[in-house]
Amino acid sequence: MIEVNRQGEVWVFAEQHLGKVEDIAFELLGRARELADKLGVKVGAVIAGDSIKSVCEELIQYGADKVYAVENNLLEHYQTNSYTKVLCTLIEKHKPQIVLYGASPVGRDLAPRVASKMKAGLTADCTDLQIGNHEIKKTGEKHENLLLQIRPAFGGNIIATIINYDRWPQMATVREGVMPMPEPDAKRKGEVIDESVSLSAQDLPIEIIEQVRREKSVNLKASRIIVAGGAGVGSKENFRMIWDLANALGGVPAATRAAADLGYIGKDYQVGQTGTTVRPSLYIAIGLSGAIQHQAGMSESKKIIAVNNDPDAAIFDVAHYKVCGDLNEVVPQMIKAVKEKV
Amino acid sequence: MAYKCIVLIKQVPDTSRITGEAMNEDGTVNRGALPAIFNPEDLNALELALQIKEKYGGSVTAVTMGLPSASEVLREAMFMGADDAVLVTDRRCAASDTLATSYILTRAAEKIGYDLVLCGRQAIDGDTAQVGPQMAEKLDIPQITYVEQVHELSPEKIVCRRNMGNGWQKTACKLPVLLTVTDQANEPRIGAARRIMKFKNAKTPAEITKEGGSEEDISLMRDKGLLIGQLNLDDVQADLQWCGRDGSPTKVHRIMSVVLTAKESKEVEPSAQGINDMVHELIEDHTIG
Repeated sequence: MIEVNRQGEVWVFAEQHLGKVEDIAFELLGRARELADKLGVKVGAVIAGDSIKSVCEELIQYGADKVYAVENNLLEHYQTNSYTKVLCTLIEKHKPQIVLYGASPVGRDLAPRVASKMKAGLTADCTDLQIGNHEIKKTGEKHENLLLQIRPAFGGNIIATIINYDRWPQMATVREGVMPMPEPDAKRKGEVIDESVSLSAQDLPIEIIEQVRREKSVNLKASRIIVAGGAGVGSKENFRMIWDLANALGGVPAATRAAADLGYIGKDYQVGQTGTTVRPSLYIAIGLSGAIQHQAGMSESKKIIAVNNDPDAAIFDVAHYKVCGDLNEVVPQMIKAVKEKV
Repeated sequence: MAYKCIVLIKQVPDTSRITGEAMNEDGTVNRGALPAIFNPEDLNALELALQIKEKYGGSVTAVTMGLPSASEVLREAMFMGADDAVLVTDRRCAASDTLATSYILTRAAEKIGYDLVLCGRQAIDGDTAQVGPQMAEKLDIPQITYVEQVHELSPEKIVCRRNMGNGWQKTACKLPVLLTVTDQANEPRIGAARRIMKFKNAKTPAEITKEGGSEEDISLMRDKGLLIGQLNLDDVQADLQWCGRDGSPTKVHRIMSVVLTAKESKEVEPSAQGINDMVHELIEDHTIG
């Protein structure tokens, strides 16, 4: 357990795969930069792996002041125990006040293990992070400049802000895609610090027999226009309309969990609490009721058009344009209008 | 070898059925107004444990931490085929976050004994997916998260397939191990009628006492094989500084219920004219085009 440290840096665990940094690390660096500036401290990125030197500069360009690099061929593949040892060793040595991880499969495997070892708090799947104060009502005790860890809970029905003020560091995992990707700045200066952590066979209890990595076939996060269909689209054949409208707009199709479960489209296209979080310029929601779990993944869209024949559908509560009508008539008309005008 | 499996299960509010009444005015959740269910992915973990037992031999013990009312999910676990069930209940567990919960469950697992600990990937109320990995750290055993298949089990090792979201991984490690199981792993069985008839009257000592039963009634139930195990923090020799509120570094600063509304919104006629006008407006403001 490390002492409360209010001068410590804001750290980001920079997840990488075969020497390529994952987008989530850059997204985190963007927010870490803002948090650190508010606190008047530096941003540190921790990267571990085999041959990672070439990407350290990239982390600086995205906002890190210091990159703590642990290069070791035993770290080539992510493993819970070895990476936990790396993180815990560096946290104990440098005492950051905040450590952020992506809520990716790796981050969600690693962060709780580190938190348990450090006896620190950890908030999962945050959608926003801020710096703020907290007063304990009973005692009047005040804590200033804490990390406010904001996340949906109860299936997205509530938004909770979590803090921890009596154990350090303050740690959170953050959902992919909820924080805008910063622009890299090639002129930014920073420091790369080589760190070594001794590892033995004991730290690598898992044998990786085989692994297949499949790049997502669609990058919803990067799409400016998304056309999403729900179970109300009715069939896989009907879902063709969603593709057609997306194509006409130069956007990508997407779906609710229900539509993906029905096999209308692949799981990669799923938007929502259990899918991808998106923030496009335009989100067209077709034949979907707007369950809170779906809204959690798309409500940040700049403009939302909802097409549904049920005037009480919850999606209308968040839509900027409400089209209450039969999607089999409305969508072809939209395709026609777009093709004529664009 | 007979493998001793502990399956961690949780009774959760059915968050998919939240209605207006389920939220208090201050934005907190009125748990009493929500139906309580067996956390869905814990059913997958239990199913996997039962399959391991059937294929390789051993036993399955379902463990939950919660109020005495959480015994309901333990009975359901017994209907499905769990050999034993244990309720970890103690007022001093209240307000435990994932760190404290994992500590208490670790103490319970050490008391019960295990070769494998299984749990659902995450619970639908908190969605944190933290208690499993935090327990594995405290038990000082490896964890394999996102398990969707067990290929092979022997006294030397377990071979699993993990779902990594953007692919998968086949991994092996020595026992003991903790697995977190996803909903892709299997189709959980439903309770067997014979077992339901047998275990529907199974009770924890807390339930028997609440109904006015005596120590004698408790031992009578034990003789019939219908007593559900119960442990408190003293039984598992938990250090209180790591339990409940004291043991929980994360605190709630604020809770708000979600009411999402568009700032400005427009009704569009589902006619050719209405749609053309809307498309035109979106081109004008450079949203499309």
